[in-house]
Formats: sequence, C-alpha cells, structure tokens
Amino acid sequence: MNTRIREVSARANWMRRRLITMIVEAGQGHPGGDLSATDIIAALYFDILRFDPAKPAAPGRDRFVMSKGHCTGALYTALAGAGFFPEEELQTYLKPESRLNGHPNRTYLPGVETNTGPLGHGLPVAVGIAVAAQIDKADYRVFVLTGDGELQEGSMWEAAMFAGHRGLGQLTVIVDRNRLQQGASTEDTNALEPLADKWRAFGWDVAEVDGHDAAALLTAFDAACQPRSRPLCIIANTQKGHGVSFMENQAGWHHGVPNADQYALAMAELEAEMAA
Amino acid sequence: MSAAIAPAGLFDCRDAYVRTVEELAVQDDRIVAVVNDSVGSSKLGKFQERFPDRLVNVGIAEQNMVGVGAGLANGGKIPFVSGASCFLSARALEQIKADCAYSHANVKLCGISSGVAYGELGATHHSIEDIAWLRAIDRLTVIVPADPWQTAEAIKAAAAHDGPVYIRISRMPVPELERDDAVFRIGKAERLRPGTDIAIIANGTLVHHAVSAARRLEVDGIAAQVINMATISPMDVEMLAQAAATGAIVTAEEGLAHGGLGGAVAEYCATHSPVRMRMLGFPGFLPTGSAQWLMNRFGLNADGITAAARDLLKVKAR
Ligand SMILES: Cc1ncc(C[n+]2csc(CCOP(=O)(O)OP(=O)(O)O)c2C)c(N)n1
Ligand SMILES: [Mg+2]
Repeated sequence: MNTRIREVSARANWMRRRLITMIVEAGQGHPGGDLSATDIIAALYFDILRFDPAKPAAPGRDRFVMSKGHCTGALYTALAGAGFFPEEELQTYLKPESRLNGHPNRTYLPGVETNTGPLGHGLPVAVGIAVAAQIDKADYRVFVLTGDGELQEGSMWEAAMFAGHRGLGQLTVIVDRNRLQQGASTEDTNALEPLADKWRAFGWDVAEVDGHDAAALLTAFDAACQPRSRPLCIIANTQKGHGVSFMENQAGWHHGVPNADQYALAMAELEAEMAA
Repeated sequence: MSAAIAPAGLFDCRDAYVRTVEELAVQDDRIVAVVNDSVGSSKLGKFQERFPDRLVNVGIAEQNMVGVGAGLANGGKIPFVSGASCFLSARALEQIKADCAYSHANVKLCGISSGVAYGELGATHHSIEDIAWLRAIDRLTVIVPADPWQTAEAIKAAAAHDGPVYIRISRMPVPELERDDAVFRIGKAERLRPGTDIAIIANGTLVHHAVSAARRLEVDGIAAQVINMATISPMDVEMLAQAAATGAIVTAEEGLAHGGLGGAVAEYCATHSPVRMRMLGFPGFLPTGSAQWLMNRFGLNADGITAAARDLLKVKAR
C-alpha cells in the first residue's frame, strides 16, 4: 500500500504543477475545481482503473466519466500522464484548433468517454454505460466524478434514481464535495445536505472519505471494486484550490489565472510539498 | 441616415442590461431576477445588493430556473431569467416552449454571453443554435440587440410587453452605433444606411461590421443598404420586402446561418420575393479557439461581409 500511496501522491503533485502552468500559459482555466479533484483523479488513473492507452476503445476497459467537465486541467494532465497522448501536447491547451478544448471532447482526444461541459450530463451517461455492462454481464467498472454544485441539476437525480432501481453494482459516483460552486457555497445557494441520506434514499450505498488523502481514497476505491449489488456514492470531502494556499476554499478561484507572483508562490508551495 | 461608428470605444452589453434592469426595478417592484448560480456572469451582483429579496438563485438548475420564472409570472412578478444563453436555451428548451410560450407566461429570458463569447470553452458553451431553436417556438418574441443602447431599449420594451421574450445579451465588445432616429420597437427593424445595389441584413455583434462593410463597398461605387434586424420573431417583413427589392441580400450573424437570421430571411424571400442570397454565420460545432479567432476564422467581420457582397453582386450581374 505504501508504494501505491507514494505513486499516487507524486502523480497528483505533478498534475497540480502541470495544470497550473497550463492555465497560466492559456490565460484561463478552472483551477479551484481542478485542484479539488486532482487527488481523486490521480488515484483512479494511476492505480485503480484498468485500461490500455494504446487501445482507448477496448470494450472491456474501465470507464471514467468526467461529469464536472470544466476541470480539464486535472483530466488532461491525468490522461497525458497515463499515456493517452504526449505530455508536450499539454502546451496546446485552449490554443486554436487544439485537441485540448476547454471542455473534454471525445472526438478530439483518446481517453475521453463522453463530451461534458454542461453540468448534469456525466452521471446519466455513466448509468447507461453501467446498464450496458449489466446486460452484457461484462466486468468493467464505471466511475464518474461530479461536482457538488452539479448535484443541483435534476438530471443527476433522475439518473441516481434509475441507477438505484437497476442495482448498478459496477457504478461508483464520486462527489467532489468542496462545498463551493461558481458564485458561493452550495449550502448558501441551494443546500445539498443531508447529502448522504439523499443518496441512500435513492438506493445507493454511501461512503465518506477525505478527498485529499491518497490512502483513504485508495481504500475506498478498492472497496468500490468489490462485487456489489447497489451503486456506490463516495462523498469525497475536498477543498477547492487544494495545495495552493491562496486558492484554498476561495470561490473567487473557481475560474481565474494566477499572476506572475502568485504563480511563483504556487509552484514553490507545490515543490516544497513534493520534497516533504 | 448614415450610421457612423462612435469612436468612443467598445462596450460589453451586459452593463447596459443590468443598468436597465436596476432602473426598472426601482420603478416597478414586480421586477425580479432569476439566476442559476450566475450572479457574477450576469453581472447582477449590484442588483442583488440593492434588492436582495428580489434575486432568486435556484442554483445550477436551468430547467427549474425557467419553470420558477413562469411561476413567478403567475404570481404577478415580471421575472428577468438570466443565465448563460447556451444553457438557458438548450437545457430549458421545453420549459421555454411549454411554461413560457405555450402558457403565455410573462417571462423575460435573458441569454447572457450569447454566440461564441465563451470561445475556448467549446461547442457546449457556444450559443449559436439558440436563434434557430427559439425562432421555431410560436408566440415567443426573440430579440438580438446590436449595441448598449439597443440592449437597454430591448429590456425596457420587454418589460412593457405582455408575454414571453428572449433577449440575447452579448458580452463581445461592440461600439455604440450612431443613429438618426433612435427608436426601438419590438418587430421593427432599423435601416442604418440606404442603398439600392444590395442589402446587408445583420443583427447583434455583426451590425457594426455590416456598417463597416457598406462603407468599403461605397468606395467601389456599390450602394449597400444596411438593416439591423434586431427582432427575429416577429420579423419586420416590410423592411424585408424593401431589402429584397435590391435583388441581392447578404445576412450576417453570430450564430448558425441555417435556421438563424439567414434562415429566417431566406424563408421569407423564397416564399415572397425570391432573391439571391449569401448567408454568413457558423457552420456547426466549432474548433477550439478564442471568440475573436473564431469570428475571423469563419469570416464574421467586415472583410467577410464585403467579400460575400462582392461575390454576390457578380452573380446578380449575370
Ligand atoms: C448546465 C450548466 N449550468 C451552468 C454552468 C456554469 N458552471 C460551470 S462550473 C459551475 C459551478 C460548478 O460547481 P461544482 O459542481 O461544485 O464544481 P466545482 O466546485 O468542483 O468546480 C457552473 C455554474 C455549466 N457549466 N453547466
Ligand atoms: Mg463544488
């Protein structure tokens, strides 16, 4: 387990530095939600998911669906790190005709399962994938990452209800519970709590983890991969902007670009974390 | 009659929009704003400070937002439902159709940052289909203002109008157009330049480019009339008939040409006075790129309009 934790942590640190650099170079991005999702995505791509980047459409692959599609900094660094496309291509982020669009596009980029960007789309698609697996008695797993604000979309609960009804044991939704949406906190805008009870009432098992603790994430994901008869919701308690002091828990960093001083500070903090 | 582009710089029409909604809210306490976690992107922060109990933020839930808007109208309010136009029009399309248009609810739908303003964020965030979709809905007024003045006038007219209205609110920088007769009426187009050789019909962010194109054509001795077709539903068919009389029409819009303004003009002309046309707009899902890059890449600027007009006149001459 220790090597697994070290690998995931090192990858997450690299992803954070790389995605902040991408955002600075592109002049825009969603660093807050990228950084809250980084550890979750690192644990999935660099430990849990079974895939071959050379065969991105292999029928038996595990699926990851990025429902919070605005966080392409985290997704693209993971896909590049996992070998779906060359790392150097990260430099083209948001540039004219780049495959690295502001929101993921599967017709441009291998490894992307479905195009997201409008919130509330990923879970219904993931449910469909899990239903296909159920029909085919296939053993691949389906993971989907959603924002917490995103759970205000009705489509998420339509999908949740259906997944509970179908007993989709191969489906795991991870809620990036950073408690902030675009403009304010979720609880001040349209409260989600009691969130775990909502999922349970829809027929799901629920686990809660620290979404920045690699060991806790791996333990939760290992459990998710055991045979189940109900879909699983992992509420990952996170911080928007995690890892960069001045971005942490700041709604203002939902989207934005660090200036030169802020960029230097962010890099220094992340390098110090890497060394520790 | 000639419209000059004011030299005073460029504007984000969201500013005129919020200023006007605030002014109206002071005069009429039925005015409320409804948003989907879009206080900032709609620039309604000051409205929220001034009228905290008249801003309804439903969270990230566009279908609910439009349904709630219809309910507020039923309760005697005049709701300005404001969200990114891509999600407002696409996600809540059936609510717009059934709850607003078919039910004749007095809802004002404000599509913010319309067209390709979101540039690099891609096709999900571009709102280039909205006019084609919404123009197809019966009894829904659809307005695409061209500049800050017209945005403010359209908001006032919408508030005074009994029934659902969709207004596109652009954040792409545009100049304030100069006008001799500054009057805005729903369903009335404005002719910004006279001319009998060809007509350029534009709306929204393309109108000032159309004026620039007409000026360039004038240098070549071509008299191009420029029409700002700000209301798409209902269309000003009298003005269209006059445009068709030139024998050549170029349309230009920050959206899909098929189904949009171009489509609307073509429908009318095909059935009333067939005329050669060129329709400038976007072809479909667009590649990654900034808003400005996309506009230039697809010829949605004065160069593109000028070239299309010259090309069309060659065909007309034959
Ligand atoms: C349907 C839809 N409505 C609005 C938006 C604009 N938007 C982009 S991100 C965001 C906030 C998302 O908050 P959350 O789901 O909590 O994501 P995170 O905090 O992880 O960034 C909003 C409102 C959108 N992308 N899609
Ligand atoms: Mg959040």
